[in-house]
Parts: sequence; structure tokens; C-alpha cells
Amino acid sequence: MISAVLLLLLIAAVVIGPFIWRVSISDIDVVAGLQGPSLAHPFGTDDLGQDLLARMIYGGRISLAVGLAAMLVSVFVGTLIGALAGMSRGALGYALMWLTDLFLSLPQLPLLLMLIYLFRDGLKAVFGPEGGIFILIVLVIGGLRWMPVARLVRAQFLSLREKEFVEAARALGASPVRQVVRHILPNALGPVIIAGTIDVAAAIIAESTLSFLGLGFPPDTPTWGRILYDAKDFLDIGPHWALFPGGAIFIAVVAINFIGDGLRDALDARKVI
Amino acid sequence: MSQYILRRLMIAIPSLLGISVVLFVVLALAPGDPFSELATNPNVPPEVQAALRTKFGLDDPIYLRYLHWLAAMVQGDWGFSFVSRINVDTLILQRLPTTLYVVGSSQLLALLIAIPVGVFAATRPYSLFDQLANTFAFIGFSLPTFFTGILFILVFSVKLDWLPFVYTDVPGSGIPWLLEMIRQAIMPVMVLGLFQAASMTRFVRSAMLDVIRLDYVTTARAKGLGQAKVIVKHVMRNAMIPVVTLIALQMPAVFGGAIVTEQIFRIPGIGSLLISSILANDTPVVMAVTFVFACLVVLFNLIADVLYGWLDPRISFR
Repeated sequence: MISAVLLLLLIAAVVIGPFIWRVSISDIDVVAGLQGPSLAHPFGTDDLGQDLLARMIYGGRISLAVGLAAMLVSVFVGTLIGALAGMSRGALGYALMWLTDLFLSLPQLPLLLMLIYLFRDGLKAVFGPEGGIFILIVLVIGGLRWMPVARLVRAQFLSLREKEFVEAARALGASPVRQVVRHILPNALGPVIIAGTIDVAAAIIAESTLSFLGLGFPPDTPTWGRILYDAKDFLDIGPHWALFPGGAIFIAVVAINFIGDGLRDALDARKVI
Repeated sequence: MSQYILRRLMIAIPSLLGISVVLFVVLALAPGDPFSELATNPNVPPEVQAALRTKFGLDDPIYLRYLHWLAAMVQGDWGFSFVSRINVDTLILQRLPTTLYVVGSSQLLALLIAIPVGVFAATRPYSLFDQLANTFAFIGFSLPTFFTGILFILVFSVKLDWLPFVYTDVPGSGIPWLLEMIRQAIMPVMVLGLFQAASMTRFVRSAMLDVIRLDYVTTARAKGLGQAKVIVKHVMRNAMIPVVTLIALQMPAVFGGAIVTEQIFRIPGIGSLLISSILANDTPVVMAVTFVFACLVVLFNLIADVLYGWLDPRISFR
């Protein structure tokens, strides 16, 4: 409960924030650089004197949007593959599960870094620096996190497809697609929602990690991870600079994980690996 | 048992091949061409360009290129680093021991924390200790390693000035040198180990709770065995089976955490090598390091399988 309120507050802050706190994210005032929290700058300033609260609000929008979008990608891919594997009675199911296991044993972060390294420039040319990176990061994070969802969906499908109500639908002449969409999928959604919730947290961490390694969004786009990356060389003189974005990531992730845990208890689903 | 290990090895090879296919396809699909600089250079005539392309096999169909690349990788010819001007395999071999040392000690630390805490919490479910352990575990795995790393530097290096925050590979020997090496490894190992310990504690606890209710445990108690003996000899061995799987599944995340930790503390391991090569556009090194990480993950999965066979002898006879 508390975590749901906390998360809603955080979302509200980054959505409505810019309308209330009308300070530019890129106003440079070197004289006022590296100040601690004050009335003029509630979260302090960075080395160039840019207002941290404004940058945090802006970055929070991106970080949360990446988390949600990557979750949608992974849930979509995972449901598709899991459903195909769960419905097929032949080699296709085994092949897809082998693929899932293969992806589970891929080292995710190195692969993520390599993909971004290889495709960064191409997408930047097509969609612009920010849009290109956004699409790339969302696709790559989502594309490497669908495996747990696929396993869950397959397990659900394997048991659901033998249930009487599905057999009834089949007897009435429902096509396989209709059986899946109208009858099986709605009953398999519970665990998927839980896995999706936890995926949002994982995607936020993944995006922050990339930005923290200096390989996420471009320097002028202050996501939470990027602010932390810029701050890490000034820990001795401006610790507030690192503490606020790090704290924001932590609060978002803990809140989402607690919600996922609560949902699991409520829906009494099997544990997600 | 040896037959079982051999069978597991045979299963590991196809998955390594699968990973190498994935890596190669990604590289082949990526825009950009190693010869793009040559193509824009007016001093190189088109015939020479074409001859070079044929020589390096760039115009071959993709499966032939893959086979060539695989053959070269197997023979130990991993290419040449554009930046450091030495062979990629020498470069990686220089860096690998540091990474294994840090990852290995942090896994050890995680096990030393997670097993006692998880077991103790499971023997007294919903007690104060259990709830505290659960809360800490939850916070622990929600804290990303890059933030814990920064917090540790803030507290132990900046405020208290106890530990150095840059890991240096100082040459030397003797007791003072050894102490210095341990001192500078404390923070990275703690960051990585505590993160691992958090999720492991949860695994251990829930696995123990699943086993502790089983009838054979009641039997063991009924025949008069002491609590310690029941827990250690009867419950733990069986509870460790799912824990081993879960830990093996966590290995990709462990190496991800290792990359971040190496970057924060500037540890000269293969993780920081990966980052610096990406920033310097050093493609052969990026490819090779990613592949080494994949091999390490497969290797740890293999170790997990062997542990499995030891924990549950029934598995190795299947």
C-alpha cells in the first residue's frame, strides 16, 4: 500500500513537475555550481550550476518511460513465444523452449552493451539522437528480458489448453486463434502481470546501468543514471548530487518490487524465476 | 558420475555454439563495415579494395563467414586489438584473473551470508529475525550495484577515509603488499557480495521452507535426532538443489554487476576492458570479451550441473 502511494507520488512528480517547477534543465550558472540543497535549488546544483530538481524531473520521465515501454516489449514477445510454445504439440514448442533457455544463459549486460555499441550510430541517423537511443534501449532491454514471461505463459498454456472450457470451445468449432485470444490468454494473465511489474523495475535498473556506464542516453539528456554518472567524480565535494538520483532509482525500484510482491501474494501465483 | 559430467559437457557445447551464432549474427546485422574507412579513402583504388574484401572473405555468404570466424576462435586466433596493439587473447588473459578473483570472493561472501541467514530464518518463520532478514534482502536486491558502490565510497572513503576507492594493480610482494591487495578489494567484493547475498537469502529461505514441511523431516525428528542434525544433514542437502539452479540462473546478472563494480572502482578486469573498448570502438575486443562472458556463464552452469549430481545422486543416473 505504502509503496503504491510512493510510486504514484513519484509518477505524479515527474508528470506534473515541469508545470510547477519552471526552471530550465540546462541553464548554466558556474558561480552557483555544486551547491547543496537550498531554497533556490531544493536539490542543489551540479558542477555547471544546473538545477538538479529540474534535471531529476526530466530524467525521471525518461527513466520511467523506458521502464514501462521495455516491459511492454518483453511482455509482448514473451507472451507470443510462450503462447506459440504452449499451443504447439510438436517440434516448434521444443525449439522455442531451447531458444528461451539459450537466451537465459546469455550474459545480458555485455550483450546489451555490445548491441548498443553496434547499432547506436545507425539509429541515431534515422530517429535523431534522443529518439534513436530511446527506441534502441527499449527494444534491447525488452528483447533480452522476455524469457521468464515466455516460460510462465507456456506453463499456463500447457495446463489451460486441456481444461474443459477450452475443449468446449474447440468442440464448438473455435479456431486456434480464437481459443487462445478469447479463452486461454485471459486466464493466463495473472502471472504475466506480476512478471511484468517486476520487469519494469528491472528495466529501470538496466537503463540506469547503461547511462551510468556512459553508454545510455547522450550527455545532454539527464536520466537518473546519467546524473549519477556525472556526479561520481565529485563525491567528495558534492555528495548530494549523487544521493538524489540514486535515491530516486532506489525508491522507484523498491516500490515496484513491493507492488509485484503484493500482487503475487494477492493472486497467489507461482514464484517467478 | 564421470559419465554424467561427460554428458553435461556434451550439452554445454551446443549452447556455446548457439551463443556464438547469436553474437555473430548481431555483428553481421549491425550497420557499418570494417572497410568503410577504406571505401572513402580516394588513395585506395577500387580494385585493391575489392581484392582486400575477397582476401578477408567479406563478400562470402554469411554462413561461410561464420565458419571462418568460428574456426579462428577455436584455434585461439582472436584477432588484434585496434587500440592496445596486442593480440586480443593476451589482453584478455592479463585481465581475466582479476575479474575471477573479485567475482569469486564476492560469491563466497554471498554464500557465507546467505546460507546461515536463510537457514536460520527458515527455522523460525515469521519471527523477528525472519522479518528483519526479509526486509534487508528486499532492500538489498532493489539497490542497484552502481548506487551501493557510490554509497560505499561516500561512507568508507570520503567520510571515514578507511579504504581506498581506486583499485590499483601495484606490483610487489610480502605481507604489507598482500594486506594492501585485500584492503582495496574489500569494497568491490562487499558491493557485489551483498547484492548477491540478498537474492540468495530469499532463495535459501523459501527452499528450506519447502523442504522442512516434508514427512521425512518429521520422521527424522521422531526418531530423536537433534534439531541441528536434522537441519544440516537432512533438510539442507535437499533444499540446496533448487538453490543451486537459481544461483546458476543468476550468473548472467552477477557478471553484469561485476562490470559495473569494476567500472566504479576502476578494477583492471575484463569488465572495464569491455567498457573502454566500446568507448574506443575496438570491435575485436568487444566481441571477444562478450564471448568470454558467455563462456563463463556456460561454465558456471556446468559447475551447477555437477553440483546437482553430487547433491542428488538420482539425477546422475537418469
